[in-house]
Amino acid sequence: MLSKAGTRLMQGNEACAEGAIAAGLRFFAGYPITPSTEIAEELALLLPKVGGKFIQMEDEIASISAIIGASLAGAKSMTATSGPGFSLKQEGIGFASYTEVPCVIVNVQRVGPSTGVPTAPAQGDVMQARWGTHGDHPIIVLCPSSVAETFTLIIEAFNISERWRIPVIFLMDEVVAHMREKVVVPDVSQIKLVERPRPQVAPDQYLPYAAGEDLVPPMADFGSGYRYHVTGLTHDQTGFPTTKAPEVGALARRLDAKMKRAAPHVTFVDELLVDDAEVAIFAYGVTARAAAKAVRDARAQGLKAGLIKAKTLWPFPSEHVRRVAERARAIVVPEMNMGQLVLEVERASAGRAKVAGLSRVDAEPITPDEILARLREV
Amino acid sequence: MAMPVTHYLRTSKMPHIWCAGCGHGIVLGAVLRAIDSLGLDKDEVCVVSGIGCASRAPGYLDFNTLHTTHGRAIAFATGIKMAKPELKVIVLTGDGDAAAIGGNHLIHAARRNIGITTVCFNNSIYGMTSGQYSPMTPTGSLASTAPYGNIEEPFDLCDLVYAAGASYVARGTAYHALLLSKLIAKAIATEGFSFVEAITQCPTYYGRRNNMRSAVDMLKWQKEHAVPVAAAAKMSAEELVGKFRIGELGTRTRPEYTRRYAAVIETAQKEEAEQDA
Repeated sequence: MLSKAGTRLMQGNEACAEGAIAAGLRFFAGYPITPSTEIAEELALLLPKVGGKFIQMEDEIASISAIIGASLAGAKSMTATSGPGFSLKQEGIGFASYTEVPCVIVNVQRVGPSTGVPTAPAQGDVMQARWGTHGDHPIIVLCPSSVAETFTLIIEAFNISERWRIPVIFLMDEVVAHMREKVVVPDVSQIKLVERPRPQVAPDQYLPYAAGEDLVPPMADFGSGYRYHVTGLTHDQTGFPTTKAPEVGALARRLDAKMKRAAPHVTFVDELLVDDAEVAIFAYGVTARAAAKAVRDARAQGLKAGLIKAKTLWPFPSEHVRRVAERARAIVVPEMNMGQLVLEVERASAGRAKVAGLSRVDAEPITPDEILARLREV
Repeated sequence: MAMPVTHYLRTSKMPHIWCAGCGHGIVLGAVLRAIDSLGLDKDEVCVVSGIGCASRAPGYLDFNTLHTTHGRAIAFATGIKMAKPELKVIVLTGDGDAAAIGGNHLIHAARRNIGITTVCFNNSIYGMTSGQYSPMTPTGSLASTAPYGNIEEPFDLCDLVYAAGASYVARGTAYHALLLSKLIAKAIATEGFSFVEAITQCPTYYGRRNNMRSAVDMLKWQKEHAVPVAAAAKMSAEELVGKFRIGELGTRTRPEYTRRYAAVIETAQKEEAEQDA
C-alpha cells in the first residue's frame, strides 16, 4: 500500500523507495543486487499505483542509461545499486553530469572491493562517489544515517537534482538500508517539490545549453516541441559537438561554477554540541549514530565532545569543519574504510586542529566505545 | 523516385563527418524517406544513437536527438519509450555498437518486444577508430587488429534478433536503397521491437584492406552477394554459401512492452482503489 501520512515502522530501503515516490519519482530502472534489492522490489510494487513505471533491466549500465533517457523525456528518475553495480554505473553518471540530466543514483554501500562481503556494511565508496567517472564533473552526494532521515533526504536528493540539473548520488550503507525504525510520513501537502527549470522561450529561440545567471540551462522534455540535440561529446550552447578550445573550456568552467553556486544550497550538516567542544567527531551514515552516542558518553565523563554529522559528503562541508577546527583541539574521523573523508577533514582543518582517523574494515559497524577511546587518545 | 528529405536535416550542421564513399549517407537517406513516407511529425520522432560513425547521424537530424555512450543507445531509448510511449523511438547504431558492446541491450529489447526501431548500419568494421575487426567482420578479412586475417565468425544479426523475440526483422543494403527505405518504413510502423540490418560500405577502413578499393567496388559486392528472400527460398544451402538474404526475414505479432506495462498500471491502481475502499 502507498504510504499515507502517519507514523510507520519502515526499513531503510523501504523509506528510500517511498520517499522517492513522495519526491515525484515516476521512472525506476534497476538490476538486482544485495543490499539494495528491496528498493527495486518496493518500487515494482508501488510505482504503477501512482502511474509511474518500473523496469528491471538486463544490467546495471542499462539501468542508468534507461533512467537518463526517461529523465530526458520528462520523468523524475532513479536507479539503485550497490558496490559492484556502482562501479558499472560510472559511465552513465558521467554522461548525466555532462549533459546535465537530473537523476538520482542510490548506492547502498557494502564491503568491497570487488564482490567483497555483499551482506555487510562499509563506507568504502565515498571517493568513488565523487570521482568514479572520468573527467572533471559536478556531482552531489547525500548520505543518510537513519531510516527517517532516508525518507526526508531522498526527497532533497530529487529536489536538488532537478533544481541544479546535477546527478545526485544517494550513498546509503547496509545498516541504514536494512534496519527498521520509526518514520513519521508527512502529508503530501507538506512536502515541498522542486521541478527542473523548463524553457520560457519559443522552440526556435531555445538554446539548450545556454545558462542564465544561476548557471543552470532550462531543460525541455523530449517530445514537447523543443527539438534539440543531446550528446556526451563536449558541446556548445546549442548542444552540438565542439572541439574549439574556448568552448571546451567554457563548458568545463560553467559546470564547475554551477557546482560552486549550488554548494551552499545542497550542503546539509547537523551539529551536536560543537560550540564548546574540545574534541570533535566528523562522521556520516551509520557511523554518525555511534558518534552521537560517543559524544553523550564523553560528556557524561566530563570530556567536552561534539559531532559534525555530514548529510552532504560532496560538495564537502569544508566551512563547518573549519569553524569547529578553530576551537577544538582535535577532530576524530571514524569511517568504515581505510581513511577517505579524513583527508578532506585534514584539508579543511588546515592545521588548526589535530585530525585523527579511525578505520574499521572488518564488515562490522564502528561502536561508540571505539570512538570514545579514540577521543580520549587525541 | 527519391523524395526530397532535406527538411528533416539540420543542414547548418553539414558537412557531415563521413568519409568519401561511405554508405552511411545512403542508409540515412533511406531512414528519412521511410519517416517521410509515414508522414510522421518531427516532434513525435526521437532518434537515439551510441558511439561510432553511424551514431553521429542523429546530430544531422531535425528531431529530438540523443547521442549516448558506446553500445547503450537501446537502453537509453528504453527509458524514453517507457516515459513517453507515444513517441516513435528510432535507434541508429553500427555493427560494433549494436553487436559487440551493446549486444546484450539489443537482444533484451527484442525479448521485451518494446516499441523501438533499430537500424544497424553494418559496415563490417570499426570505422571511427580506424579499422579494427567487429563481430560482423567476415572470417578471413583483414583489419588493423586482424593483421593475419580475422579468425572469428560473424553473427547473423537478423537471426539473433529474431530468435530473441523481435516483431519485425529485415535486411537491406546501401545498394538496394529503395528496398531499404521500404523495409525501414515497415519497421517503424511495427508496434513491437523492429530491427533492420543495413549492409553499407566503408571503403576507407574495410574496402582498402580487403581488395575493394572503391565505394563502387563495394556497392557491386553488395549487389552480387545479396539474394532477395523469395529467390533464396528456391536456392539450396550450397548455392547460398557466401551470399546473404535481403528483404523481410521475420515478422510476428506479440504484445508490445509499454502496452503490457499500461495494463500493469491499470491492475495496480485497481488494487489500490479496492484497498482504499
